[in-house]
Amino acid sequence: MRIECPFCGPRDASEFAYYGDAKRRPETSGSDVSRQLYEAVYLRDNPAGRHEDLWYHGGGCRSWLRVTRDTRTHEIFGATFAAGEPS
Amino acid sequence: MSAAASYMKPRRLPKGGLIDRSRPLNFTFDGERYHGYAGDTLASALLGNGIKLVGRSFKYHRPRGILTAGSEEPNALVELRSGARREPNTRATIVELFDGLEAQSQNRWPSLKFDVGAVNSVLSPFFAAGFYYKTFMWPASFWERVYEPAIRRAAGLGRASPEADPDIYEKLYAFCDVLVIGGGAAGLAAALSAGRSGARVILCDEDYVLGGRLNGDNREIGGESGSAWAHHASLSLDALSNVRVLRRTTVFGVYDGGTYGAVERVSDHLLVPASHQPRQRLWKIVAKRAVLATGAIERHIVFGGNDRPGVMMASAVRTYLNRFAVPAGRRAAIFTGCDDAWATAFDLLGSGIPVEIIIDMRTEIDSRLTEKASRLGIRTVAGARVLTTRGSQDLKTISVRTADGQTSDIEVDLLAMSGGWTPNLALATHLGSRPSWSDTLAGFVLNTPPRGMTVAGAAQGSFALADTLREGDAAGAAAAEAAGGAVQNHPLPQADDEHISSKPFWYVAESRSKAFVDFQHDVTSNDIALAAREGFQSVELLKRYTTLGMATDQGKTSNINGHALMAQITGRRMSQVGTTVFRPPYTPVAIGALAGHHRGPAFKPTRLTAGHRWAEECGATFVEAGQWLRAQWFARPGETHWLTTVSREVREVRGKIGVCDVSTLGKIDVQGNDAGAFLDRVYVNMFSTLPIGKVRYGLMLREDGLVMDDGTAARFAADHYVVSTTTANAGKVMQHLEHARQVLRPELDVQLVSVTEQWSQYSIAGPHSRLLLARLLGDAADISDTALPYLGCIEFSWCNVPARLFRVSFSGELAYELAVPAQFGDATIRAMMEAGRELGIVPYGTEALGVMRIEKGHVASNELNGMTTATDLGLGRMMSRKKDFIGRVLAMRPGLADPERPALIGIKPAARTARLHAGAHFLAVGAKPNMGNDQGYVTSVAFSPMLEHWIGLGLIKNGPARIGEIVRAYDPVRNRDTEVEIVSPIFFDPEGTRLHG
Ligand SMILES: [Zn+2]
Repeated sequence: MRIECPFCGPRDASEFAYYGDAKRRPETSGSDVSRQLYEAVYLRDNPAGRHEDLWYHGGGCRSWLRVTRDTRTHEIFGATFAAGEPS
Repeated sequence: MSAAASYMKPRRLPKGGLIDRSRPLNFTFDGERYHGYAGDTLASALLGNGIKLVGRSFKYHRPRGILTAGSEEPNALVELRSGARREPNTRATIVELFDGLEAQSQNRWPSLKFDVGAVNSVLSPFFAAGFYYKTFMWPASFWERVYEPAIRRAAGLGRASPEADPDIYEKLYAFCDVLVIGGGAAGLAAALSAGRSGARVILCDEDYVLGGRLNGDNREIGGESGSAWAHHASLSLDALSNVRVLRRTTVFGVYDGGTYGAVERVSDHLLVPASHQPRQRLWKIVAKRAVLATGAIERHIVFGGNDRPGVMMASAVRTYLNRFAVPAGRRAAIFTGCDDAWATAFDLLGSGIPVEIIIDMRTEIDSRLTEKASRLGIRTVAGARVLTTRGSQDLKTISVRTADGQTSDIEVDLLAMSGGWTPNLALATHLGSRPSWSDTLAGFVLNTPPRGMTVAGAAQGSFALADTLREGDAAGAAAAEAAGGAVQNHPLPQADDEHISSKPFWYVAESRSKAFVDFQHDVTSNDIALAAREGFQSVELLKRYTTLGMATDQGKTSNINGHALMAQITGRRMSQVGTTVFRPPYTPVAIGALAGHHRGPAFKPTRLTAGHRWAEECGATFVEAGQWLRAQWFARPGETHWLTTVSREVREVRGKIGVCDVSTLGKIDVQGNDAGAFLDRVYVNMFSTLPIGKVRYGLMLREDGLVMDDGTAARFAADHYVVSTTTANAGKVMQHLEHARQVLRPELDVQLVSVTEQWSQYSIAGPHSRLLLARLLGDAADISDTALPYLGCIEFSWCNVPARLFRVSFSGELAYELAVPAQFGDATIRAMMEAGRELGIVPYGTEALGVMRIEKGHVASNELNGMTTATDLGLGRMMSRKKDFIGRVLAMRPGLADPERPALIGIKPAARTARLHAGAHFLAVGAKPNMGNDQGYVTSVAFSPMLEHWIGLGLIKNGPARIGEIVRAYDPVRNRDTEVEIVSPIFFDPEGTRLHG
């Protein structure tokens, strides 16, 4: 599998570490924060089909990437910096 | 003349073939000496010496010969070479002959011609499908002691060498526009059209001569022979600088994103690899487009005795004849359902080999074929079948039943069979594409190949050579264009006419003797019928119940026959039965090739600190810490036990001074206006309030609230901190901090960089440490207690080198850590030892460091084990209530905040002379050792030279409240049961007076 890192270009998947669901973390204050965080840490979504997840380019530029892929076919539609585009 | 002598008579034709008769090669098979020629495979050389019997079958130990002439071979598996290079299960049909080759037949005892295991054939009811499942169900213990060893002895294939492989293997990445898989007619045409467009092309072919079927068949392209055309095409490709031709290279796997795995047998055709050359090379090829031109595999027919040596695929007979000039028999018959096999008869006769009969299962046959046969004087029968074959070790007679029901015996020693051709789509299914049945082609074809792949030629079901060339040419051009190449007009090579009509016949229902479906796993037509009767009718269940297609050949020749039989037995169409898909590797790949250079000490990188050479010179014993090697202790002459050395090192540090290389600890440089706010976020305690020039101990939690790592952060400027991590977690913490920075708090102005390898760092500990530093640093730095108090840090220039000094202590002594750029690490430690000589300085290793931290009750990786909370470790008060930090919310979950959780305590043996062991579990005195009574466990132990007895740290329920209590440290693994006293985890200098010197 290959991931197109927006900084390094297309690279082999072995350079990346997988993290999981890229949904934004809940804020850490508020009434329901404990349940929300619990779900964000333990109950991550892993649907069959198109999904956004986080990958860390530890064998390259050390960027955290938001990768859109199909979990059934492993097709990768694109990757963006998790931190947003550099200004 | 004995039978054996006639058996051995050479069979090589006087001329022809792609062999070099000027280069005879010697080889041995089962210890006997033979010779062949350069260009031979082991199989062609064996047949050239008249050898038909090459192995015994897996279950029934039936005599087996050579069935095919390619990598799909199920029978002719041999052990190759000897000693450390001995390799089992190599296919004689693709082993390239070399001078000095040694081969042994497999799966026979005591000899190939007389095999005791053949008795299995008589007992065959016991080896029918599902036998293992039904018979060896119980008792379970019988599996290990009786059944498994017996089955393994009887049913083993070859023997691997017990010695280490002496050869080297390497791995390589390659990138191209167009990967062409297969160098037959379609592949060559594709590579030529793609290559001429200027695209970067890689062509892989498993053979050592390009051409595929062109070398085995008697065909013409553009007025020259097929093999000559292939040769000229390969010369054209070699001349193109943008084309790389990899011969002897099998593409074994197709992976996501246009990645392909291939193994190149660089030196398999040599006695030993040339110096510095690998035996095999693993290629990871990344291709924009791929053309799958893997051809087709001929199917056998399932009839009685179809496995007898002398029964061979019709195409293989042509290959041995045309490519190797070896007639596979002296008197032949053909058994077929397709036109293609008639060419075998014509080729044999053309070489002077009599063909007794062509038995065609079809009732209607192209009159041009029958007329040609009759002109040549070959008897042909339509609508007929071979019922069975006879012969003790190889073929003597076949029994033929004609359409009118008459049965007659015919004496032949070669039966060439063909049940038609199956497109070879194994690689196309690796990513999950499912082929579908085509009635017109009588085979499975692919409607939706994987992304970026085009299938061309016989692999796509185009069996006529003219179509194959046209499709290959078009596929190569289209792939090159899609990858950005510019295709030029070029003439298409023209092929001669041929007959390709075919009607599928799968098996001869009237056969009464054993009819094999899967040769390598000895699956017969009866096994398929049994599986059908017992309800294992889906192809996936059929496969697992009968082991059809589960041998090393993955059923290349057998799967489709098995599925067709199942379809007929259950009255379904092939399209309803379906087919199984293949998984990588296409053919077996040596583990050595997958490992490459990653073996032995090179299995993973070894990281050495700048002071490594110095430590070696001091007699250090090293220990692996992740990828690092760290000095564990420095034994002196006369010290015979590590504990003596370690205790001495501790006493000398605590008494005078010692130095320890701590360069392996992770170091992360944190800079930016929000650096303090960022560290507040990742540590449980506050860092934004840390004054410049100060160091603070910090604890990090994971998102789930458990402790991740500990270390220190030193502040050198308002916007500059240097964080330290444990050696083991350096990479993990870096990833965690980057996650916090980029994913959780991208708005913060902060940058991180790992500087672990950029700085050498030495811990100087002991009452004389300040004195040593004063002598070492001179005027470069003010290290007075006022200028550099406990937990202070300074940056300064020392001999024009930037240096940092941290007053931190892991040992509990007056201690410092001196950091210099790594290129000065070696000089620094030598200078330090020189400056400290009069003060009695000693080097100490990780063991002494560990003893001293246990004496001081500091936690380390044994306690930071991924299961402990800050409170468990007695560090709960560090968690700030004034701010948010990673892990804060989830650390408050009831299970993690439970006061009953095991918490950190110290232990001493109740009888002070007793030894302690880590890993023992705590039990109340008198309690039964069971999970319900488990109270916690011992995490770390050490012999304390200061207290002169063993001490330990552990985690026990309600820990701190139980000081003074006696419990048991119970260790059933080592069979130990020791009473221990619960004490404070700080054993030595509890007031901390020594820290301040
Ligand atoms: Zn990158």
